[in-house]
Amino acid sequence: MFPFSLLGQRGRRTEEGVFRGLMVFAVFLVVGSLLLIVLTIIWKGLPSLNLAMITRTPQGGYYLGKEGGILNAIVGSLYLAGGATLLALILSLPVVLYLNLYTRKYSPLANFVRFSFDVLWGVPSIVLGAFGFVVMVFLGLKTSLLAGIITVALLEFPIMSRAMDEVIRLVPRDLKDASYSLGATKLETALKVILRQSLPGIVTGVLIAFGRGIGDAASVLFTAGFTDRVPTKLSALFQPVATLPLAIFFQLGTPFPEVRQRAYASAAVLTILILIISLVSRALVKRYTKHTIR
Amino acid sequence: MELMSHIRIRDLSVRHGRTEILKGISLDIPDRKITAIIGPSGCGKTTLLKSMNRLVDSGDGIEVQGEIFVDGENIYDPKVEVTHLRRKMGLLSQKPQVLPMSIYDNIAYGPRIHGIRSRKKLHEIVEHYLRVAGLWDEVKDRLGSPASRLSVGQQQRLCLARGLAVEPEIILGDEPTSALDPQSSQHVERCLQELKSDYTVVVVTHILRQAKRIADYIVFLYLGELVEHGPAAEVFANPKNARTRSYMTGEIS
Repeated sequence: MFPFSLLGQRGRRTEEGVFRGLMVFAVFLVVGSLLLIVLTIIWKGLPSLNLAMITRTPQGGYYLGKEGGILNAIVGSLYLAGGATLLALILSLPVVLYLNLYTRKYSPLANFVRFSFDVLWGVPSIVLGAFGFVVMVFLGLKTSLLAGIITVALLEFPIMSRAMDEVIRLVPRDLKDASYSLGATKLETALKVILRQSLPGIVTGVLIAFGRGIGDAASVLFTAGFTDRVPTKLSALFQPVATLPLAIFFQLGTPFPEVRQRAYASAAVLTILILIISLVSRALVKRYTKHTIR
Repeated sequence: MELMSHIRIRDLSVRHGRTEILKGISLDIPDRKITAIIGPSGCGKTTLLKSMNRLVDSGDGIEVQGEIFVDGENIYDPKVEVTHLRRKMGLLSQKPQVLPMSIYDNIAYGPRIHGIRSRKKLHEIVEHYLRVAGLWDEVKDRLGSPASRLSVGQQQRLCLARGLAVEPEIILGDEPTSALDPQSSQHVERCLQELKSDYTVVVVTHILRQAKRIADYIVFLYLGELVEHGPAAEVFANPKNARTRSYMTGEIS
C-alpha cells in the first residue's frame, strides 16, 4: 500500500495545503528578490539619475565626483553587446538547425554538441575573459571593441544555442513532414517553415543572451578596456570601449559616496535599457507571429 | 505503360531496431483507383504509406530493405533525388498540418519552391486548387489570413489543395479523416473520389466502412505482413484468408 492512502481524505487535504504553501512561498521569494533589487537600485540611484548622465560623457574627474555622464558606457555597451549578439546568432543558428534537421535524434554527435554547450554555459565569465585575452593577443589585437565582442559572443553563444535548440526541438515532426512531402529540401524547410514557427522562442533566446552579454563585467575586464570617448567611427572597433558593468564597477570602487550613488544610477540605466529592448522586440515579434501554429 | 502500375513494391521490409514493422511486402498499387490499406493498429499501415515517399527515412533508426518502383524507378536507389520523388505525391496526414503562413502562402509554398515566380501564375494555381478542394468560396475573401485560423475540416482541405498544387501523380492519405467531424470527412471522401480519375490514390484507414465506401482496391496488413489484397468488392464479399475474415467481422481489431 502507498503511504499516502493511509492518510485518509483529511491527510490528503493537509498535504495539498502544505505543498501549495511551499509553492506560494517560492513564488514570493523569486518575485520579492526581483522587486528588492530593482527598488534598491532605483532608491539608491535616483538622486543622481539625471539627463546629463545619459547624454554626456565623463568630463575629466567624473569618477572623483565631477561633471559629466556615462554616455560613453551606454553607447559602448550597446555596440559591444549588439555586436556580440549578432556574432553569436550567426554562429548559433546554423549549429542549431543542423542539430535539429540533419542529425538523428540520438546521434552521438548531437549529444556531444549539446553537452559541450552545457559545459560552455557553466564556464565562469572571468575564465572566458582570460581566454578572450589570450585570443586577443594571439590575433594581435589590443583591448578593443572587437576583442570585447569576440569574448562576449563566446559567452552568449551557448546560452543562445541551448535556448533555440529547445524551441526548435518542439516543432512537430508532422510539420516538417508536411513541408518535405511537398518536395522541399531540409534547408528550405528550415528557413521557410521552422524558423517562422519558432520565431518567438528564437527571439527569447537572443534576448536572454543579449541580457547576459550586456550585463557581464568579467568578460570585458581584460578585453574591452575602458575609455571616456563615445565610439563613432568604424575604426573604434580597434579602440578600447567603455561598458556599463565596468562603469558601475569603477564607480562602486571609489571612496566617494556620491560616486557610489552614481554606480546605482548606472545600474538603473542598465536595467532599464534591457527592459526597453525586451519590450520592443517582443512587440515586434508579435506582429510577425500571427501565422504560428499553436 | 498500361501494364506497369505507378507504384510497385518488391519485397519491402522495414525494421526499427530489432522490431520488424513490415515483413517482405510485394504489391502493385493500381493506377487511377483508390487503394485502401486496412488492418489493426500497429500493423504497419502508416509505415507502408510513408515508405512510398520516403518519409520513413527521416525517422530515427529505421532500416529499409527491398525496392519500391515509382514510374519504373527504384526510389531507394541512392541516386534518386528525394525531393523530386516527393513532389510526385501529395500527402494528407492524420491531423491536418498547415504551414505557419497565410492561406495563400500555404498553397503557393510548393509551387514557389519548384521555381514558379510569376504572381499571376501563382494566383491561378492557388485559385484552381482551392476550387478543386472545394474551399475557394469559403476563403476567397481572406486569403491573407493565417491558415491556422481555419477549422480543422477546412485545414484538411487546404492541405489537400496544397498537395495538389505541386502537381503530383499520386495522393497518399494517412487516415486523412480521423481528426475530422462527419461532415468534413464526407467532404474529403468526396474529393478523393473525384480525384481518382486523374490521380492514383492510396489511403490508410482504420474505418472499415470508409474503406467500403471509397476503395476500389483493398490491401490488408496484419502484424507487418501482407495478408490479402485484391479488388474491394471481391475482398469484402469473399475474403480468402481467415484473418481477413475475422478482421472484417470485428473479431480482431
